[in-house]
Amino acid sequence: MVPVTYYIVLAALLFSMGALGVLVRRNPLIVFMSIELMLNAANLAFVAFTRTLGTLNGQVFVFFVIAVAAAEVAVGLALIVAIFKTRRSINVDEMNFLKG
Amino acid sequence: MTIELGLFLVLALAAIATALGMLFSRNAVYSALFLVLNFATVAVFYLLLSAPFLAMAQITVYAGAIMVLFLFVIMLLGAEQLQPAQILPWQRPAATVLAFLLVAESVYLLVFRDAPQARVAPAEELFGGPQAIGTALFSQYLLPFEITSAVLLVAMVGAIVMTRKEKGD
Repeated sequence: MVPVTYYIVLAALLFSMGALGVLVRRNPLIVFMSIELMLNAANLAFVAFTRTLGTLNGQVFVFFVIAVAAAEVAVGLALIVAIFKTRRSINVDEMNFLKG
Repeated sequence: MTIELGLFLVLALAAIATALGMLFSRNAVYSALFLVLNFATVAVFYLLLSAPFLAMAQITVYAGAIMVLFLFVIMLLGAEQLQPAQILPWQRPAATVLAFLLVAESVYLLVFRDAPQARVAPAEELFGGPQAIGTALFSQYLLPFEITSAVLLVAMVGAIVMTRKEKGD
C-alpha cells in the first residue's frame, strides 16, 4: 500500500496547477478546465483520506462533488456561449460589462 | 519497491505531465484532451485507493459527459486559439511564484503539521463498491441526494434559458 501522504502531496500539486491555470490563462474555457482540475485534486484528497479512515463518507462526498461539477459546467458553458453571442469574443480581459 | 509504488509513481508522473500539458497547450482542444487523460489517471488512483465505483463514475461523468460538453463548446465557438493579449506583463511571473507558494503551504499544512495516521486499515471486501456507496447514499445521505437532483434540474433549466434566442433578435 502506497502511503496516503504521497496521494495528498500529488493532490496538492494538481490543485496548485489548477490555481496557476486560473491565474495565467486568458481563455475562459481553459480557466474552466483548470477549475475542474482543482475539484478533481480535492476529490483525490477526499478518497485518500477515506482510505485511511476506513469510512465511506468521503467517497459519498466525492459523488456529490462530481454531480455539482456537472451542473456547474452546464451553467458555465451556457454563460460563455451567451457572452460569445453578444460580444463576439470570449477573452476574459474583455469581459468588463455586467450587461451586454 | 513494490509494484504498487511503481505504478503510483508512473501514474503520478502522467497526471502531472498531463496537467502541465493542459495548462500550456496553445490549442484549447489539446487542453481538453490532456484533461481527459488526467481524469483517466485519477480514476486509476481511485481504483488503487479501493474506490471502484467512484473510478467508474469519474470516467463516465468527467471524461465522458463533461469533457464532451467542453469539446462541443470549443468547436462551436471556434475558440481553439485566442490571440494572446498580455495586458498585465507581470501577471505570469507573479502567478508562478504564488503557485509555488501554494504548493509549499499546502504540503506543509497537510503533510508535516497535520500528518494523517500512517496506519491504514485493511479495506473490507466490497469497500467502495456500488453496493456500499448505494447503501450510504440512500440511507444516511438521502436528503443531499435528493437536493442534488434539484441542483441538476435547475442547472439544466438555467442552461436552456441562458442560451435561447431573445425575442427581439
